[in-house]
Amino acid sequence: MARKMLVVHPEKCTACRLCELACTFHQDGEFHPLTARLTVGIFPEEHVFVPIVCEQCEVAACQEACPSGAIWRNAVTGALEVDTSRCVGCRMCVMACPFGTMVHAEAGGKMQKCDLCQGDPQCVVACPWGALEYVEPNDAALARRREVARRLAEVLKGVTV
Amino acid sequence: MTGWTGKMLRVDLTAGETSVEELCRHDLRDFVGARGLGSRLLYVAGAYAVDPLAPENPLIFATGPLTGTYAPSGGRYNVLCRSPLTGAIAASNSGGYWGPELKFAGFDLIYVTGKAASPVYLWVNDGRAEIRPADGIWGKTVSETEDAVRAQTHPEAKVACIGPAGERLVRIACVVNDKSRAAGRSGVGAVMGSKNLKAIAVRGTRPVRVADKEGFKAARKRAMEKILSHPVTSGGLPTYGTAVLVNVINAHGAFPTRNFQTGVFAEAERISGETLAKEYLVRKKACFACSMACGRPTLIPSGPFKGSGEGPEYEAAWALGADCGVSDLAAVTAANWQCNEMGIDPISYGATLACAMELYQRGYLTREQAGREMRWGDGQLLVEGVRLTALREGIGNLLAEGSYRLASEFGHPELSMTAKKQEYPAYEPRAVQGIGLNYATSNRGGCHVRGYTISSEVLGIPEKLDPLVPDNKAFWVKAFQDATALVDSSGVCLFVTFAIGAPEIADLLAAATGEAYTTESGLLAGERIWNLERMFNLKAGFTRADDTLAPRLLSEPMPEGPARGQVSRLEVMLPEYYRLRGWDEEGRPTEETLARLGLKW
Repeated sequence: MARKMLVVHPEKCTACRLCELACTFHQDGEFHPLTARLTVGIFPEEHVFVPIVCEQCEVAACQEACPSGAIWRNAVTGALEVDTSRCVGCRMCVMACPFGTMVHAEAGGKMQKCDLCQGDPQCVVACPWGALEYVEPNDAALARRREVARRLAEVLKGVTV
Repeated sequence: MTGWTGKMLRVDLTAGETSVEELCRHDLRDFVGARGLGSRLLYVAGAYAVDPLAPENPLIFATGPLTGTYAPSGGRYNVLCRSPLTGAIAASNSGGYWGPELKFAGFDLIYVTGKAASPVYLWVNDGRAEIRPADGIWGKTVSETEDAVRAQTHPEAKVACIGPAGERLVRIACVVNDKSRAAGRSGVGAVMGSKNLKAIAVRGTRPVRVADKEGFKAARKRAMEKILSHPVTSGGLPTYGTAVLVNVINAHGAFPTRNFQTGVFAEAERISGETLAKEYLVRKKACFACSMACGRPTLIPSGPFKGSGEGPEYEAAWALGADCGVSDLAAVTAANWQCNEMGIDPISYGATLACAMELYQRGYLTREQAGREMRWGDGQLLVEGVRLTALREGIGNLLAEGSYRLASEFGHPELSMTAKKQEYPAYEPRAVQGIGLNYATSNRGGCHVRGYTISSEVLGIPEKLDPLVPDNKAFWVKAFQDATALVDSSGVCLFVTFAIGAPEIADLLAAATGEAYTTESGLLAGERIWNLERMFNLKAGFTRADDTLAPRLLSEPMPEGPARGQVSRLEVMLPEYYRLRGWDEEGRPTEETLARLGLKW
């Protein structure tokens, strides 16, 4: 069985940022959007809102860039996690990550990142609209294809060639 | 400190100085935050005695202890001062992201006094503050201002500002944050303009903490279960926005039309939330930490009103629509965008234009005096009028004063649909008796969000009351007013109270602050805040005679609809209300009442 991952549906996002709050309250016990492991990109003029999450990449730039070997993959969740005993806080991972989802902890100076809340991501729990899902990627892709098919069927309805 | 930051930023624009002060823990506990704490500071400063547009009038931007947390819809702040529209206390509430950002910057509130020699903006960056010249920004619209200020400060900064209306001391000007969220009522934008303060940009990177993490999580979970299962907070508001009420209120004959000449608008469907969703709604949008997402990003793809922006909400759809006899939803929507850009309260603007239209209808305001025709239903006038009002051009210079001063100018103050000179919102007191008592007694003048009895009288929440009778309404008005004062002071949005009440708010407050708030002590705090606001107004010169409604509502029977033949029974409800409040016959809190509430200083 494929591992679950975070799948984002920007069209369902309302820009409430509850995901950012739930993230830091669970991870750090405080409400602190700056250190949330995900961020909602808000573009009010275009009426577009896009949550950006850690993709837990198979070939992960953060892991490749880490000089102290502090980033390891949790075999159960598939999440890349930071071993704070090895992290030297050099922030190479910040430079390397194409999504900008590495976070520098103010206290202690070590790096933090999304660990999928050990398999129960609180951002997903907090989202009122299902804009974040924790599912198997092929299930998500299949559901998307079915949705597109349904819309296409609407368009084709009554069309005879 | 948890919940609160315990700090306020004091800004003296005359001296050009800023300083950080500690807030008194007793004040925080007893007045909770936001509306309550700000009112306490205004009272102590003696703001009831100052000219509202003088440098001495304090202008306060205040958050609550739940602002910036994931408490349900915990993103609110209040703007407080003595109102230039009413002369009473002003506390205008707004959402968006600005309030939480102030908490993340380390402050519960900003306290502004004085007047800058030339236009300035304030830059608040993580515990520090700087007063900067606003040359080149003064004169800009709201969205232009926000972009310009952000370009000069930080890309992540949140901005609250005034538009051209506030600069010109328009008495119905608002403060707008995040481009489309407004501290809308009572002319707080004019006070900001009188200080030559164009904007406040805030950037905060600090955490907000709570005292009892597990307790907070549990209290939040209990509240959210109710909010996510209630048909209003999980269905009606997200799907159709607040304008879901248009058809409901119209069906009760309570949708004020053409300056309250009737309570039925034949074309209500055309300006309803359902029609908006079908025609112009792009998607739903939420304020910070809110699951209800009642915000309405809208787009008009073509035609004379082509464009995009946010809204209208219910009250704006009514004021700009039915009250002016306008049924063209595109015109209503475009006028709402203009109000956002110019920084004008759409309720008071629509209601003031409606008053002008009735003056014109009756021949009290002539075409020559107005410089144009002022006919019911004129969508072009509706949209253009916003700019004229903001810039004080032509008839706009009179509209800028609000309907009471406008109607008085032409010798007919009785045609101003106001309480304490502030325009009523979108519910007819002849068709919904309790809301009339609330308008008459509201501490900031005509207003629905001080004691929203529509919840009971129309929607049946928490229990259904007959809207047409005055019986027992004094009890309910007091209950709604006290609970609302608590909610407004906590930092969450009033709309959560369709699903939750004082018990849930008290649990959240206790877990956040570590103070022993209970349902009883929370509601007592609400009552304390209400009475403090009342004391402010009494010291400002208000009397029992000001607790009244426009003569039309008290003596002219409703001409049609379900409330046909009704007038407001204020004379029955008001004495009972005073008695329940523990006030004397002149509407003054008795010594015993003040002692019970801890307001004897």
